[in-house]
Amino acid sequence: MQRILYQIQKEFLQLKRDKQILPMIIMIPIIQLVILANAATFEINEIQLSVVDLDRSPSSQQLISKLAGSQFFTIVNRSFSSEKSRDLILKGKADASLQIPAQFESALNRNGRGQVFMQINAINQNAASLTQVYLNSVINDFAGRKLSQKIKIQGQPINYKNINTHVSYWFNPEMNYKFYMVPGILSILVTIIGMFLTSMTIVKEKEVGTIEQVNVTPVKKVQFISGKLIPVWIIGMLEMAFGLLLGKLLFNIPIAGSYFLIFLSVGIYLIVALGFGLLISTVANTQQQAMFVSFFFMIVFILMSGLFTPLESMPIWAQKLDLINPLIYFIRIMRMLFLKGSSISDIHQPLLALLIYGGFILGLANWRYRKTQ
Amino acid sequence: MNLFKQLIKKEFYHIIRDPRTLLIIFILPIIQILLFGYVITNEIKDTNVAIYDKSYDNVTRKIKSRIFASEYFKYKGTVHNSQEIEERFRKGDIKEVIVFEENFAEKLQREKQADIQLIVDASDPNTGKIISNSTRAILKKYIKDINQQVHLPYTIQTIPAMLFNPELKGAFMFVPGVMALLLTLISALMTSISLTREKEMGTMEMLLVSPFRAGHIIAGKVVTYVILSMINAGGILLLANLVFDLPVNGSLVILLLECLLFVTTALSLGILISTVTDSQMKAMMMSTVGLMMPTMLLSGFIFPIDNMPFTIQLITNIVPARWFITIIKNIMFKGTGIQYFWKETIILLIMTTAFISLSIHNFKDRLE
Repeated sequence: MQRILYQIQKEFLQLKRDKQILPMIIMIPIIQLVILANAATFEINEIQLSVVDLDRSPSSQQLISKLAGSQFFTIVNRSFSSEKSRDLILKGKADASLQIPAQFESALNRNGRGQVFMQINAINQNAASLTQVYLNSVINDFAGRKLSQKIKIQGQPINYKNINTHVSYWFNPEMNYKFYMVPGILSILVTIIGMFLTSMTIVKEKEVGTIEQVNVTPVKKVQFISGKLIPVWIIGMLEMAFGLLLGKLLFNIPIAGSYFLIFLSVGIYLIVALGFGLLISTVANTQQQAMFVSFFFMIVFILMSGLFTPLESMPIWAQKLDLINPLIYFIRIMRMLFLKGSSISDIHQPLLALLIYGGFILGLANWRYRKTQ
Repeated sequence: MNLFKQLIKKEFYHIIRDPRTLLIIFILPIIQILLFGYVITNEIKDTNVAIYDKSYDNVTRKIKSRIFASEYFKYKGTVHNSQEIEERFRKGDIKEVIVFEENFAEKLQREKQADIQLIVDASDPNTGKIISNSTRAILKKYIKDINQQVHLPYTIQTIPAMLFNPELKGAFMFVPGVMALLLTLISALMTSISLTREKEMGTMEMLLVSPFRAGHIIAGKVVTYVILSMINAGGILLLANLVFDLPVNGSLVILLLECLLFVTTALSLGILISTVTDSQMKAMMMSTVGLMMPTMLLSGFIFPIDNMPFTIQLITNIVPARWFITIIKNIMFKGTGIQYFWKETIILLIMTTAFISLSIHNFKDRLE
């Protein structure tokens, strides 16, 4: 125990001695958290719409003003030329264009059928689908209102059956992305810092040559590994606590679950993430190698974490492969604890998975590290 | 010139001497592009849905079979009261509950309307919205089918055209994004590590007392790593085209030139990083911890910039990847010419010049 303590002391001294590194470890995640939490939103609130009105009738005017009045659309252009509209999409000045053909109103009045054409920039398929949904809903609403006016005037009942759908969004009724993103982004930032620091530690001693000096001391392998792990673990825990406080103060993140469970999960998760870094550090020969390998795993872990894209949409083989991604367990746990207020019995499965994973990865790192060459 | 050749030769020796790193630099991007190509999509598939059917009649049965016939949804049992719904959500094994009101079929027949409630787990708001929209789309289709005989006096048909990406493939979004991310990080990392290593090992002193000028030393690194990064960029583009069928509708020459420009921007950023740090560790920390998340989230790769708050939109202007992604999408998908993205190109040029002149300035300071 004494030996581990000395080692921890040494690691902290080393960090403190360097005037640049400590501020970097603390400031980079905090600044990024504040900025990125604001950036991470799929919420679409301003679809730039270009309108081509070839009908110029009261009905087409009404439809356009209905679109302009909707919270989703900003009309960036009204013209009679579909080329101009297309050019705006090419230039990126409009996301979609709606063309109301000539004879729109007269066709509606004659046989009750109208047509409009939409063109949507679909490079971002997610935004394009939503744009289509919103456009359709405004247009249907417009048609529905016209319809009910007509029925009122003519007084004839029609045999149209309708099913009304009401949607309630639970756990986040205002659809606030920050509630979901802040714990997620914070976890990723702490993972990046932690994995980075641990993946450097042992290999750095290898490069500088001080590893030989450590190897001739009576420090045991387990003690050496723990001495490398614990300081970064403490930094990670503090950073997580500080980040959550910031999230609470700045973004008013609701915390429905117990603080004890949150920090228990963070503690267990950090062991896995840092153990992964240590394993890389024992395998690599140079800092550069360690860097590129941990960089590779980090990008894969982050993009497959389920934070930015739904996990269920991945093919089965990718979901199986993703089982080695510690972030999926952790982000699931965090989401459940923060927003749903889940209890230990709800999260025991992913938590247990992380615990086993942590033991396994540390064992592997310990085995891979050789005191004698 | 001859001296300069020697310098580049030296850089290449450094790289070839360490085949493990070389392998990592070339293989990793390929694995990532292949992996993400199949994995990253915003579509939902096999979402677990529970049913709360207070009616159990032939209409609700038909609607249920419609919903679970689609590939979006998977049946995950029934619930019988609202408490059970909450429990299931808390456990996290379902994402949506579809609630049919009592006497559903009867109401639909008599009153011509009936109610369905969708309860969606919105702890992930984006997925929540996609789930509810997909469910609604199926319901809408059903409503249309049961009303086939009814002639509505007022309907507007919308005819959509999905431009540039008619099949709505996710790859159109992620390939430019991953490409920008990988090129930024690998280029910045390689140069910043290579320069700081010379400092750490003390070989920088030797270079400085040699007849090479500061500009030459930096240029030697840039040329070497530009070549490596361009091989990477070419590989990614080739894969995108062969495996994921991404088109290059515009000019391939301009596309490669823009890649060259962007790689140079990222490399000069790496050089700048190395001039303000004195150890490999710090250089790496700045180029990964500092660049990874901003490049991912502030470049329009994952989150559209138009939706961000105004101040954040201003901040995205300093992220080089943002401009590069716009340029690539223009050339590859929209097939536009330089007149549509000259502004972005000039911004990248200015950034590169700024990074390089700042580095040379810092570098000279260290000489004295």
